[in-house]
Amino acid sequence: MNLNYENSFTIEGGNFEDAGKIAVEIKKTLKNMGITGDTLRKTAIATYESEINIISYAKRGVINVRVTPECVFLNIKDEGPGIEDIEMAMREGYSTASYRIRELGFGAGMGIPNIKNCSDDFELTSEVNKGTHLRIVINMNNS
Amino acid sequence: MTLFEVMDILDAKVLVGREELNVEVKTAFSADLLSDVLAFAKAGSLLLTGLTNPQIVRTASILDIAAIILVRGKIAPDETLRLADELNIPMLSTRYILFETSGRLHAAGIVGCVEKVGRDDSVAL
Repeated sequence: MNLNYENSFTIEGGNFEDAGKIAVEIKKTLKNMGITGDTLRKTAIATYESEINIISYAKRGVINVRVTPECVFLNIKDEGPGIEDIEMAMREGYSTASYRIRELGFGAGMGIPNIKNCSDDFELTSEVNKGTHLRIVINMNNS
Repeated sequence: MTLFEVMDILDAKVLVGREELNVEVKTAFSADLLSDVLAFAKAGSLLLTGLTNPQIVRTASILDIAAIILVRGKIAPDETLRLADELNIPMLSTRYILFETSGRLHAAGIVGCVEKVGRDDSVAL
């Protein structure tokens, strides 16, 4: 099993039709590399939630995925409004989502807490009117 | 139970995955909120929902959901059906409402993939 991989995916804000496409593609790639179980599930959920967030709130964003034999690193950067109150954004149920986002079934204020739950290491920084930066580490299964 | 038995209990139509009806399921999650599905649903479960957009299929694929059951007689648009076919997610449609669909499956032995969420002291009265 060759566990070395890196790729970046650009996501356009507002492209609701394709929401989730990139995350499904990333999951498929990692699965084909032989990654399974919790590591695969956590990576898939974290990238999916991040992709939905970029589409829902940002102008554009990039999801960088780097895989080593020990971890999956996700580096997610967007250009957009940023998050005014990170503490609130971390709270389950807090949301600033528009009707368009809620209509798709998202925007219930579970996204960022769910990303954190899937992470072994999680760092969220944001600058209002500039963008948001997420750094996530997911350890490989102990197998 | 198999998807074939699920289909029988719910008097459901198969929209996608006619060849996959022998798949075994034991658990389910019901919601019209994909945010909650992503936070709580478990691999191998049925997803019962009234949503029909392509994101239900992508969400199911991300979580390794066994099959999607559309409730309240919903028929998904072509793009959703195409995607379900492409990502290999069986999709059924039943005329029962979400409550009835959940109740009938539960009575037949399917349980929730989680029973409760949060801590016991997390609901403030």
